[in-house]
Amino acid sequence: MAEYSIWSVLRHGLTGNKGWKPTWRKPDPKPSYDAIIVGGGGHGLATAFYLAKEHKIRNVAVLERGWLGQGNIGRNTTIVRSNYLLDENAQFYEWSLKLWEGLSHALNYNVMFSQRGVLNLANNPAQLDQFAERGNAMRLNGIDAELLMPDAIAKLCPGLDLSQNARFPVVGGLLQPRAGTARHDAVAWGFAHAADRLGVDIIENCEVVGFVKEGERITGVETTRGRIAAPKIGVAVAGMTSEVMRRAGITKLPIESHVLQAFVTEPLKPLINCVVTFGAGHMYVSQSDKGGLVFGGSLDGYNSYAQRGNLPIVHEVATELLACFPNAGKVRLLRSWGGIMDMSMDGSPIIAKGPLPGLYLNSGWCYGGFKATPGSGWCFAHTIAHDEPHALNAAFTLERFHEGRHIDEAGTGATPRLH
Amino acid sequence: MLIPCPVCGPRDHEEFAYGGDATVARPTIAEQSATAWATFVYDRTNPKGAHQEHWHHVHGCRQWMVVSRDTETHAVTGARLIGAWAEPETEPGDD
Ligand SMILES: Cc1cc2nc3c(=O)[nH]c(=O)nc-3n(C[C@H](O)[C@H](O)[C@H](O)COP(=O)(O)OP(=O)(O)OC[C@H]3O[C@@H](n4cnc5c(N)ncnc54)[C@H](O)[C@@H]3O)c2cc1C
Ligand SMILES: [Zn+2]
Repeated sequence: MAEYSIWSVLRHGLTGNKGWKPTWRKPDPKPSYDAIIVGGGGHGLATAFYLAKEHKIRNVAVLERGWLGQGNIGRNTTIVRSNYLLDENAQFYEWSLKLWEGLSHALNYNVMFSQRGVLNLANNPAQLDQFAERGNAMRLNGIDAELLMPDAIAKLCPGLDLSQNARFPVVGGLLQPRAGTARHDAVAWGFAHAADRLGVDIIENCEVVGFVKEGERITGVETTRGRIAAPKIGVAVAGMTSEVMRRAGITKLPIESHVLQAFVTEPLKPLINCVVTFGAGHMYVSQSDKGGLVFGGSLDGYNSYAQRGNLPIVHEVATELLACFPNAGKVRLLRSWGGIMDMSMDGSPIIAKGPLPGLYLNSGWCYGGFKATPGSGWCFAHTIAHDEPHALNAAFTLERFHEGRHIDEAGTGATPRLH
Repeated sequence: MLIPCPVCGPRDHEEFAYGGDATVARPTIAEQSATAWATFVYDRTNPKGAHQEHWHHVHGCRQWMVVSRDTETHAVTGARLIGAWAEPETEPGDD
């Protein structure tokens, strides 16, 4: 019988739910491993899982400075989609979406992946033309996309303000039906659960404070729980990338850390049944299974390592929510928080070997790293196991910036806060 | 965040546009090394802590300035004008 199944839920339910065991062990670090992953966020845990599952590398440790889920994996607005224009991104994110579709089964852990659709609203005709182009590019890449006119949008999302006297009237939209949301904490716990069962040591409260070098080669890490050796060390620390890589002697990277805020309202009866994004500004909203409206918008827009932002963005994002759903005007905001984003110079990620021998880098996730979690772990594990990238992440190099091979989806150039 | 504009006094950061890391130096136009230009455009130290950064008081006096701000606490500790209206930099031993 699988550890988590309808039968185990029934059995534990009938015995007072007293028999559940912690879902991952709390081992002490061993002196050495075949591979170490720095950072126990979604990407680090997924990497360890796929190293163990796909590449049979099981003598692996994930080192997390705090507890699992304290970083961006537990702070995002949970949107999963693959509606990209450029081939490199489209194919990578589509593979990630395919992994999402089987993830709860692969992990034997319910990540509550819900393919409720992502609807991008167009608020002027030029934007609708652009969405038509994007939809066609997606379909050429084998990805589902539908261009919708306001009457179809009204059926799909009844609460939305579609009146033509709105300040920014909706002229149409692009729907990706297979996109949706997932429960973010369960993604961290699920990957931890499944990796642990394959023998991976997940070590919390273990900060990497330095790297052990033999010449140029990285051969281990110094941590708050002692020195640990490994021939292969993958770094997946999201917003902390620059600070952690500095400890390995890499002083400059094409990355800036910025704060992104998110908001949740008090719970409501079902109002929004897909993910909606506002086209005249930058706002995305969905309704959680508990009923809260979960929404966010742009970065605060300045370099930041503080997991909290400022009021102008609160005002701006709330205004945009009301432009779409005026009926949410009296709903109270319950909570807001921030996370530190690893904004890359072209808005696309880095999943690569290097920049030093023995080291592997996973970073540059910008707003989009939650949906990438399984795909990123899968590609990073391949890169670490084979010492070369998979075709899906071959373009996501660190060198591409100096080589002029940017993957700039938004076309905004080397200004990280605009991606 | 309040930014102490040397012209207008303390003003909300919403009145300003952010211009990024002020320690990144633009190569001179004579520079011919592609690496030097790529480093200028793409590579950042991205420190946690003290940061020197450009802000433009677009909804105020429209001056550019270098602001000292801590990226971990958001505490702003100073601002000085740059460009045509900047105070001349005093070299040590000038006076
Ligand atoms: C508010 C917000 C909303 C978002 N919304 C979405 C969304 O809707 N859709 C989407 O696709 N993406 C979204 N994202 C982006 C996504 O959450 C991130 O890109 C992704 O979670 C980053 O990867 P991660 O999970 O590995 O990061 P994290 O969970 O941040 O993991 C990094 C880990 O590294 C650890 N670490 C740091 N330094 C050290 C050290 N020295 N030693 C050991 N461990 C260390 C940290 O403690 C942390 O746990 C959002 C992000 C935020 C902040
Ligand atoms: Zn001013």
